[in-house]
Amino acid sequence: MTINTPNGFTLDNSGRRIVVDPVTRIEGHMRCEVNVDDQGVIRNAVSTGTMWRGLEVILKGRDPRDAWAFVERICGVCTGTHALTSVRAVEDALGIMIPDNANSIRNMMQLALEIHDHVVHFYHLHALDWVNPVNALRADPKATSELQQMVSPSHPMSSPGYFRDVQNRLKKFVESGQLGLFKNGYWDNPAYLLPPEADLMATTHYLEALDLQKEIVKVHTIFGGKNPHPNWLVGGVPCPINIDGTGSVGAINMERLNLVSSIIDLCDQFNKNVYIPDVIAIGGFYKSWLYGGGLSSQAVMAYGDIPENPNDFSPEQLHLPRGAIINGNLNEVHDVDPRDPEQVQEFVDHSWYSYGEPGRGLHPWDGETNPKFELGPNHKGTKTRIEQLDESAKYSWIKAPRWRGHAMEVGPLARYIVGYAKGHEDIRDQVDGLLRTMDLPFEALFSTLGRTAARALESEYCGRLQRHFFDKMVRNIKNGDQSTANVEKWDPSTWPKEAKGVGMTEAPRGALGHWIRIKDGRIENYQCVVPTTWNGSPRDSQGNIGAFEASLMNTPMERPDEPVEILRTLHSFDPCLACSTHVMSPDGDELATVKIR
Amino acid sequence: MPAEAPANILVLGIGNVLWADEGFGVRCVEEMAARHALPERVRLLDGGTQGLYLLPFLEEADALIVFDAVDYGLPPGTLKLVEGAEVPAFLGAKKMSLHQTGFQEVIATAQLLGRCPAQLMLIGCQPVELEDYGGGLRPEVAAQIDPAIGIALAKLAEWGVQAGEGATSGQLADPAIRREAYETGRPAASDACREGDARFFPGAG
Repeated sequence: MTINTPNGFTLDNSGRRIVVDPVTRIEGHMRCEVNVDDQGVIRNAVSTGTMWRGLEVILKGRDPRDAWAFVERICGVCTGTHALTSVRAVEDALGIMIPDNANSIRNMMQLALEIHDHVVHFYHLHALDWVNPVNALRADPKATSELQQMVSPSHPMSSPGYFRDVQNRLKKFVESGQLGLFKNGYWDNPAYLLPPEADLMATTHYLEALDLQKEIVKVHTIFGGKNPHPNWLVGGVPCPINIDGTGSVGAINMERLNLVSSIIDLCDQFNKNVYIPDVIAIGGFYKSWLYGGGLSSQAVMAYGDIPENPNDFSPEQLHLPRGAIINGNLNEVHDVDPRDPEQVQEFVDHSWYSYGEPGRGLHPWDGETNPKFELGPNHKGTKTRIEQLDESAKYSWIKAPRWRGHAMEVGPLARYIVGYAKGHEDIRDQVDGLLRTMDLPFEALFSTLGRTAARALESEYCGRLQRHFFDKMVRNIKNGDQSTANVEKWDPSTWPKEAKGVGMTEAPRGALGHWIRIKDGRIENYQCVVPTTWNGSPRDSQGNIGAFEASLMNTPMERPDEPVEILRTLHSFDPCLACSTHVMSPDGDELATVKIR
Repeated sequence: MPAEAPANILVLGIGNVLWADEGFGVRCVEEMAARHALPERVRLLDGGTQGLYLLPFLEEADALIVFDAVDYGLPPGTLKLVEGAEVPAFLGAKKMSLHQTGFQEVIATAQLLGRCPAQLMLIGCQPVELEDYGGGLRPEVAAQIDPAIGIALAKLAEWGVQAGEGATSGQLADPAIRREAYETGRPAASDACREGDARFFPGAG
């Protein structure tokens, strides 16, 4: 059957059905079903969150000042981002103003998390969709050294001996049968296009990235007191500044600031000498593979983040841009107001929840989470062992959030398209420079590769912002302001009887919002709409498909029973389902199954 | 001190405290810190569900004790001890945590880098209930915290570490989600809907 969706896609589910469950190398549980035509091209896509989550269920009745500690636990990846969003929501509800240093420190922590996530995502989760580490064993170390020097002349680690050592280490590891990290790969699939030398170079950087990521998180340890699970505080940050101090426990002194400064430099060097050159080099071999754009050329959204000044979230004050683009019109960027009940709404017509009134969308302040699990008439298998979903009915634990009724893509590419359309100078320079170097047209940005490249550019831009806020804070401290927290409204007796607020951030994987209602000093309702809810959303009442689904459409597969192309595109979103959904059934026997019907 | 005594020991609790018995490992470390004074060379760490963030801690350690809830298909509430080279395989026998970059991968990564602790011990507990978001430890699993700590202390003694009276400061959870605050502060089932279809509210039906 052929269906034309309102957002411009032609779905045809008559061809062979392929089920990928779970989608591996992501946080959480996700399933994907596609139909391919007889040429192996994807003509229908169905993305499903196979877990249910009800955060509101566990936060109800808790102290709003503690919410950050709970939301920090909902996911192993975005811990700090959830915590920051939570304290912002509470501060918004209660009208709490944070001091300047707290804003700078929070920004540096958030930026460190962006860089960490982007680097780890590219090298440890996503690279294996483009890079073949097994093929790296066949590389000539001398030729690899030459390639490295050509790709990034300023990167010091490029001798033939260095690459030979890494290759031997890799060989030993693979031969010991501990394929562990590299198992479940389709290493002889023709979708892998790199020569062995590029594979060895990228695999070597996989190891360098491991060492770098350990340094990045020290920023959290210093400002958050510890890592994992850094501390946060409603009203500011929990780290006092004692700039001349030497031994005082937990306080920020010059020695610690110098360490932060050196980490910022390390990240900057890595982004410039390794990450971006790798994306350009690897991307160069995949220039003919510009699939996966999906909604990015049509509908993208960002809440924006990294406010220059504390307590001011107006769009012109945000370093990461805010805005929405719809109908592919880049000449008009709409502002986004998460408080407006007409803008952000969640639909459940194709999700396993019920609202009572079909076709309705609810704003998160009025959000409901009433589970209703039922399979459509055309599903195959049983309720506990689903072989094939029926996407004409309910088919996912993820709700379908919409912005003024539009399905939106969120994430680094969305931020970069919004920024570009708004004339954000840094973003324009980076994007134009990248396209020029790669000799690609602007439209090439609307692709899986574009998503992956935007993340690399953003990592570099975030590094520059870190430096900006570091300098800003040091200046501020030198001017005599050591304040890091405002505790005027710490005591609940100072709060109104009822209050509601919203916290927004740009998590590495996209726009994140927490909506809170407080009553009598306790949490009355708490709703999170996370990036993967936007990107992984099922169809809505109008039949619009979500960003994951759209991105898979019309992609040709080399070997339909080896879903390299599906994984490549889905991974480019850096999906993270731990906080968007909840475990449906205890599985995990199989790491990955691909079923063909 | 025995000849092979490790210089730096990491005692790590992993799991998600929001998923009922998944929190076993984290709660063991919390309890151990509250009741035993340990010397500096033993580091207590609440690892939560973190992946690569834990790598630097592993690299610094010569020996590692991990508390975790892991599914061995044993009767619920049963402790299971695994040592040495078998630990990584056991951790991966069933993926309990939500993490594709799970702890097994962290160990594999440390091995790839040649910086994995030489001595490994896993103290696992078979969970009773995982499907209870916001829930705490079930009594059968909570009852295994003391025996699990006892096993860890015996191992530490073998490595020449004597635990004293008192407490240890470690990198632990924020007080708001320590076991008592977390479990006693839970809203009633009638306030925060968790009654309904047994499919996603097992045990409620």
